[in-house]
This record gives sequence, structure tokens and C-alpha cells, in this order.
Amino acid sequence: MIVETGHYALVLALALALVNSILPVWGSIKGDQHLMAVAPSAALMGFGLVAYAYLALTIAHVQSDFSLINVVENSHSAKPLIYKITGVWGNHEGSMLLWVLVLSVFGAAVALFSRSMPEDLRANVLAVQSWIAAAFLLFILLTSNPFARLAVAPAEGNDLNPLLQDPGLAIHPPLLYLGYVGLSITYSFAAAALISGRIDAVFARFVRPWTLIAWISLTLGIAMGSYWAYYTLGWGGFWFWDPVENASLMPWLAATALLHCTAVMEKREALKIWTIFLAILAFSLSLVGTFLVRSGVLTSVHAFASDPTRGVFILLILVIFIGGSFALFALRAGEIKQGGLFSPVSREGALVLNNLLLTTCCATVFIGTLYPLALEAVTGEKISVGPPFFNLTFVPLFIPLFILMPFGQLLPWKRGDLAGVAQRLATAFAAALIFMAVLAAWCGGPAVSVILSGVAFYVIAGSFVDLGRRLLGGGISAGLLSQRARGLPRHAFGTAFAHAGIGVTLLGLAATGWGTEKITALKPGERVEIGPYELIFESIVPRNGPNYSELVGRTVIRAKGAVVATIEPATRFYPARGMNRSEAGIATLGLGQVYMSIADVTPNGVVNARIFWKPLVALIWIGALIMAFGGCLSLSDRSFRVGIARRARKAQTPSPQPAE
Amino acid sequence: MTRRKRRLVLISTALAALGLALGLVLIALRDNIVFFYGPSELAQRAPHEGQRLRIGGLVKQGSLLHEGDSTVRFAVTDTKQEVEVTYTGVLPDLFREGQGVVAEGTLGGDKVFHADSILAKHDERYMPREVADALKKQGVWREGAEAASNGK
Repeated sequence: MIVETGHYALVLALALALVNSILPVWGSIKGDQHLMAVAPSAALMGFGLVAYAYLALTIAHVQSDFSLINVVENSHSAKPLIYKITGVWGNHEGSMLLWVLVLSVFGAAVALFSRSMPEDLRANVLAVQSWIAAAFLLFILLTSNPFARLAVAPAEGNDLNPLLQDPGLAIHPPLLYLGYVGLSITYSFAAAALISGRIDAVFARFVRPWTLIAWISLTLGIAMGSYWAYYTLGWGGFWFWDPVENASLMPWLAATALLHCTAVMEKREALKIWTIFLAILAFSLSLVGTFLVRSGVLTSVHAFASDPTRGVFILLILVIFIGGSFALFALRAGEIKQGGLFSPVSREGALVLNNLLLTTCCATVFIGTLYPLALEAVTGEKISVGPPFFNLTFVPLFIPLFILMPFGQLLPWKRGDLAGVAQRLATAFAAALIFMAVLAAWCGGPAVSVILSGVAFYVIAGSFVDLGRRLLGGGISAGLLSQRARGLPRHAFGTAFAHAGIGVTLLGLAATGWGTEKITALKPGERVEIGPYELIFESIVPRNGPNYSELVGRTVIRAKGAVVATIEPATRFYPARGMNRSEAGIATLGLGQVYMSIADVTPNGVVNARIFWKPLVALIWIGALIMAFGGCLSLSDRSFRVGIARRARKAQTPSPQPAE
Repeated sequence: MTRRKRRLVLISTALAALGLALGLVLIALRDNIVFFYGPSELAQRAPHEGQRLRIGGLVKQGSLLHEGDSTVRFAVTDTKQEVEVTYTGVLPDLFREGQGVVAEGTLGGDKVFHADSILAKHDERYMPREVADALKKQGVWREGAEAASNGK
């Protein structure tokens, strides 16, 4: 019964979204307050309905209601409760429902937290959100109904793909969706601004926190996905330049660029056209990602099912939304007034360069991801574009970005002095050189690793040069320091941490060059040397989990004779699907990790093992956490909240355009 | 600096960045793409020795041989043609005889394919799409046959 009401709620949500697509826009054209006031309440109501539908599906999964096709195909009564709950989005239909749920969460958030926004802008933003919601609700109801029933309910389900039965499933998809779908808000803002012709600093100020939220979630979601792949696929790799990974990297690059150029638009009213363009682009890339992942054009763990009608439907949504918004953009871009002037050597100039490099990086990833698909469609030739392509294109474009990052932070608005900034960065630069020299002498190893570590060190040190100067300049005492720290805006700390975070990630990536890898057959009791450690493979022990059985290879790690850790790499067998999955044994020692995965266990206990020593590898993900922390610091900046109300009041009385 | 001059600087930087990217992409596409062939195509095309390739098909029943320390040898077939593959390393969890597989590596002078990475399916319900297409090309693909053979 509850399943039917859930289905009904979805249909109602669609009807509501259709109404909300039209009335507020009509209201904003006619200047009708009442029609515009429909938008926030309809957005909240829509959220309630979708949340109810989602809850209904979750209940069906938790109760193992095998009369639902969706539950039969993706659940099993013996599955642990957490995977019954998270398994709701571990399949095509459920994950699309989560997509729409996140979309409606953002709609409701705009309705609740943007009371101070100009009314017509808010009405239009919510209307555009409703267009997206309507399209995807239609998609769910027509092609991917999660509430479809079976005439005869089987006694048991097929279980969830074992690769997905992992705590990562609880975190990675929701975070990634918060990021993907969070960008829909910036898209809606851009479309609304184009419709109502309100493209100014107010727009930038409103759109910034939402971009930041999406960016933080996307950063964490990508990092989490990469760590999940790292410990579960058993190859010790964390990024494969797989099209599905690229699909999440492209919106991240665009969102990063957008984050930086909204700063210019807000402070200086410049780069308006570009900001709008990026806001549309970022969400368009999210849609492309959704299409790539969900349509089944790619083979991957993420492509749950390949039903051609779904692919065509998503493609249609893609064409309408991307094409429509760019058409609107082309129509209106000419009317946008040029903003403030700036010299090429200035904060603005640096941010323009940042945007240029980020979007170019994004374009190379786009080509590398879609070229094989295009080539196959045109000539039928099948090719794959792998890591070598991206190492040759993406990396050379990203390195200048690292070099320029600290410069951008130190350059003042309008007009800057490059020599002065370089002078201030000299300490960071010299420290990085010394760091490189020490590394080269102490560890040796590949030159690339040494150079990249130096760049990383320079980025981390350079990120804090500005803060250090503002905190420590002119006398140091504890009282003075905390007083100055309070005086500094939070977003200054946010920028420093976010920039340092990417430097930390780079350091982790650079250190992979010092790692070692061994592939070998091991007998119980055998010893292996890896990096500075000695591993003793003790025995193979069988164990039973709730819905699987596993063979665990107990292994002790010793350093200079003393036991430092015990790891338990395992291969699991899931009888419901007749599938194996390996569980790597990972010991984090300092910032490095010993990683071991086993396979092909023979009856006498001999295993094939893949063993890695990965120094500093944890930094890759710690860096992402630091980036997200920096983002949160910026988000908590007072100017976002105080400013919104103040600016909005100002916007009520049309202010004269600043003279140029 | 005038607006005109500023625009000039901006446009030339943008063009420089795009030009650089385009150059890198073209170089990378020339040298770093990997073609995918099924066993029959491989026999027809006769790629030169040392070229990086991906091949895919079914692991032939009864062809898997363990040759000492974690080196395996097996045959990949599309039922018309087959190719011998050797690989040193840990096979993926989903590697089985009679199932789809994709191998990346180079074809040796002895017509044996030396794989350095093996990809099996992520999920037993699906065939790697390239493999399914290669099998369809040979007319040996039966819709649903795969599902039936997996009904354990």
C-alpha cells in the first residue's frame, strides 16, 4: 500500500513541478506578486512529496518487499540493514530518485534561505528548478519506475552487486549528487538572471554560497569515490581516468572555475558574460555526466542497466536544457554591460588565467572522454583513451596553475606589481628548492616525483604567505595574533586552506613515485620485504559474514623486528549472485600505507598476492578534506549572510550603474 | 591600459592556452590511443609488433593454464578465431573460463598476446560491451544466453 502512495506522490510531484514551471515566470513577467509567491511554497511541497516517495521505496527495501522488481533485483533478505537502506540508490531507478530528491532539497533550501532575494529572481530560480525536476520526474515515471510491481513475488531477491556492499555506498553517491545537483542551482540562477535581465553583483553574491556548497560536496564525493575504488578494486590504483570518473571531474573543474570568477563578478562587476556561461556549463557537464553514467553507453560498475530508451530520454533532456540555456544566453549576452577595468597583472587578471587554464583542462578531459564514443559512432572503430593521454594533456596544463596559484592570492585587485609579489613568494620558493634538494639527496627516486613534491611544497607554503603576512607583520604576541586572526575575514582562511589542500593532494600524488609493488605467490609462514617493512603471511582463515563467506589472509607487518600492524586482506564470495570480491588489507603507517590484496586461494593455503608500499598516499585524500574544510570556512564567512540581506535591500531601490 | 589593449591581451592569452591544449591533445591522440579488436579482427588486421592493443572475447573453456609464479596463459575466443594470451599478475575476481574478458597489452612476434592488464566484468550479469559487440559481429551472440548460463 505504502508503495502505491509513494508512486502517487511522485506523480503529484510531477504535476506540481509542471505548475511551478509556469506560474512564477508568468508572475514575474506580469509583475504579479501572488503568482510569484506560489514558487516557494510549491518548492517546499514538492520536496515533501519526493521525500515521501523516497521514504516509501526505502521502507520497501528495508522490509524486503519482493513484490517490487526493484527490490527483487537489488536486495536480499540476509543483506545487512545499512545496505538495505543505502542499496536504495545502488541501482538505476533508486539512484535517479535520489537525484530528484537532492534536486528538491536544493529547491526547498532556496525557498527557505533566500527570503531576502529580489522576488522576481527567486521566483524565476525556483521555476527553472521546477523545469529540471519535471523533466527528471517524467524520466523516472516513464522509463525507470522504481515502484513497478511483480505479479508473482519470488521468495528471495538477487542481492546487491557485492562491489556496492560497502560503507562507501553510504557516502559516495549522496555527496556526489549533492555536488552534481547543487550545480543545478547555479544553472537556475543563471537562467533566471538571463530571463529577468538582472545580471550584476547581487546575482554573483547569491550564487556564490550555492556554488561553494556544490563544490565542497563534489570535492568530497570524488575523493570518497577514489578511496573506495582504491581499497575495493584490489589494484592499488585510486584514479583510472575512467570515463565515469572524468564525468565527475569535469563539473568539478567547471565549478572551481565558477567559484573563482564569481569572486571577480561580485567584487568588480567584471566577467559577467563569462560567469553566466560557466554557471550554465557547470551544470551542463553534470548532465553530460549523468547521461554518460546512466544511459549505458559506457561499461562500468556505475552503469546499472542499459536500456536504450533511457539513454535517448536523457539525451533529450540534455539537448533541451543545454541547448535551451545556451540559446537564451546567446540572445541575452549582447545586452550585458561590460564591467570594471583591470590591468592584466592584477587579482582579476590572475583569476582570468585561472579560469582559462581550468576550462582548457576541462576541455581536454572532455575530448579524451567523448572522442572514443564519437569515433565509434562515426567509424565503428573501437579505441580506448587511457592514462597516457591524460598525463600528456591534463598534467602540463595543470602545473602552470599550481605555479600561479600563490601569485593570484597575493595580487591586489585592479592593478598589481608582479615583482613585489614574486619577492614575497621568494621565501616559499626558496624553501621549496631546499625541500627538493633534501628529497633528492635523501630518497633519490624519479625526478618527476622530486619536482612535483617541490611544486606541492611551494603551493602549500605560498598559500599561507598572505595570511602569515597579515597575522605576523609588525610584532608578534599571542594576544595580538588572536586579535588579528579575528579581524581577518574567514574567507581569507578558507582560500588559504583550500589552496594548501590541493598542494597536499599533489604531494600525495608525487609520492606515488617512491612506492613499491610486488606480485607474488605466498605460502603460509612466508615473509616478504616491502619498502621499509617486512610482511609475514601467517595463514588463511575461513570466516562467514551475514550474506557472504570469506577467506582471510592474516598478515603481520613488522618494522625492525617489532610488530606494527596486522592486516586481513580477504576474498569474499557472495552466494546470492555467485560473485567474488576482494577486500584489500590496508595498514596506515604514518601517512603511508601498506596495501595487500589476495586472490586465487588454493586448498593448501597458497595465495596470489599483490602488495604495495605507498608512502604518503593518505595525503591524496587528506588534501581533499583540507580543500573541503577551506570551502566550509569560506561558507561560514559573515559576509555571505550579512551581505545577502544588505545587498538585497540595496537592490530594492535600483542603484545607478557604477561609472566606468 | 585601454579596453582595447586589455581585450587584446585577454584574447591572445586565451588563444595561446587553447593552442597549447590543442597541440597536446593532437599529439596525445596520435600516440596514446589503444584500438580494440576481437580475435577475428586481430587475425585480419595484423597489427605490427609492439603496438598497444585491447583484445576481448570469451575465455575459452579449459584453456586456462597456470605457469609457475602467478603467470597464466589462456585463450580468448569469439568462437571463430582465438588468440593465446599470457599474463603475469593477479587475475580479477570475476575472471572465469567461458566468460567475457578484455586484455590490454601487445601482440608478440610469436602471435601470443602479452597482456599487462586484464579487465573482467564488474558484474556477472553484463558482458563488457566491446566483447558483446565483437561476438555479435561473428554472429555467435545470443540475447539472453548469457543470463541463462549464469543462473546458478
